[in-house]
Amino acid sequence: MKHVDEFRDGQAARKLAAAIARAATRPWTLMEVCGGQTHSIVRYGIDQLLPGGVELVHGPGCPVCVTPLETIDRAHAIASHPGVIFCSFGDMLRVPGSRGDLLQLKAQGADVRIVYSPLDAVNLAAANPDRPVVFFAIGFETTAPPNAMAVWIAKKRKLANFSVLVSHVLVPPAIAAILDAPGNRVQAFLGPGHVCTVVGYEDYEKLSAQYRVPIVVTGFEPVDLLEGVLLAIRQLEQGRAEVENAYARVVDRQGNPHSLKLVNEVFEVCDRKWRGIGLIPSSGLRLRPEYRDHDAEQIFEVDDIETCESSVCISGEILRGLKKPHDCPAFGRECTPHSPLGATMVSSEGACAAYYAHGRHLELVALT
Amino acid sequence: MCLAVPGRVVETYREHDLLMGKVDFGGVSRRVCLEHVPEVRPDEYVLVHVGFALSRIDEDEARRVFAILEEMDQLEELQEPSS
Ligand code: SF4
Repeated sequence: MKHVDEFRDGQAARKLAAAIARAATRPWTLMEVCGGQTHSIVRYGIDQLLPGGVELVHGPGCPVCVTPLETIDRAHAIASHPGVIFCSFGDMLRVPGSRGDLLQLKAQGADVRIVYSPLDAVNLAAANPDRPVVFFAIGFETTAPPNAMAVWIAKKRKLANFSVLVSHVLVPPAIAAILDAPGNRVQAFLGPGHVCTVVGYEDYEKLSAQYRVPIVVTGFEPVDLLEGVLLAIRQLEQGRAEVENAYARVVDRQGNPHSLKLVNEVFEVCDRKWRGIGLIPSSGLRLRPEYRDHDAEQIFEVDDIETCESSVCISGEILRGLKKPHDCPAFGRECTPHSPLGATMVSSEGACAAYYAHGRHLELVALT
Repeated sequence: MCLAVPGRVVETYREHDLLMGKVDFGGVSRRVCLEHVPEVRPDEYVLVHVGFALSRIDEDEARRVFAILEEMDQLEELQEPSS
């Protein structure tokens, strides 16, 4: 497929890996921010192509992983309402709340549907005018424009039966929280390419200057990831700390102005709790008051939900780059994708799930 | 979750006041909202996330990394002439 296959070319990847080996004269720790990047890195063994000493730690960039347990329980409460059609992206369906996952709820008779796009959920609302249609709007900046478009067009089409349960998160406050945390060991970041496609990278320039940390806006294919690592290592070796764009085929410094305008029209910044990390100020998006008629939390009374996480899980430390899945005693034992104990095992883009899917738990068993 | 994939725009049309298009992903075609890439033309490539085009793909930029790799090759050949 054009723009995919050439970026998976093994020869190009090996050349870049050799250039990294030449560039790195001492150990460095880099973090890829986005869960999609984590998934690619583990899938293609990019981390194993790197010279010893250059380590990739995995960031908090999986919105499925960081959606708080309370929000998932709220989704369940809404989906259980008689008559409701509850729509979600497929990867949210297996995420366990306090009382099971959405798939189990569906098996018990709730009308839970997987949609490919939030706009499909809007069309479902148009086709079922007498039933409430609720879309579970989660995601990072990447998913904010399509979700904002769904709400905007539903309002324009006067589809009063369409609402969204919003749990949107923003990347820069999470990067700042990682850099501020005591014991931080991340020295450079591979920036989230698809997030930057929407928002650009001016905010990342501020972060880079404030914390004196290199950030390379990076794509998702093997060649992209290796180029990102190479540019980051060169900055570290030369004592530079700036933003470089290694994903210029889709990312502009200013982002997509159409998307930014619409997101700003529909959403406003709010504090948000991240599963495994806790509350991060100004790290989320919620609907603006003008769109509250489409806010599922206003429409459906959902009581305050108390939840508690597994005590053995160290996903909070994994999401901040302090630890890796192998450091968790439950990894691959009590905790697997079929019975996940924590945030980073629930979605295929979580670090624990990516390690598990690509057999990294077997290496662990072989070592012990 | 933030997965976005490149696809080729086959045709564009308007629906409920939105610019939409048929986009081909290596043989599979899907309806995609093109409202935020209004200048796109058929046969151009867009980056699509959950049925929504986030950006056009710049063909010159897409070739850049491979051009750099080629240059690296040529430099190496100059430095270490093959015996
Ligand atoms: S393996 Fe499971 S329990 Fe351990 S950190 Fe990962 S998600 Fe938490």
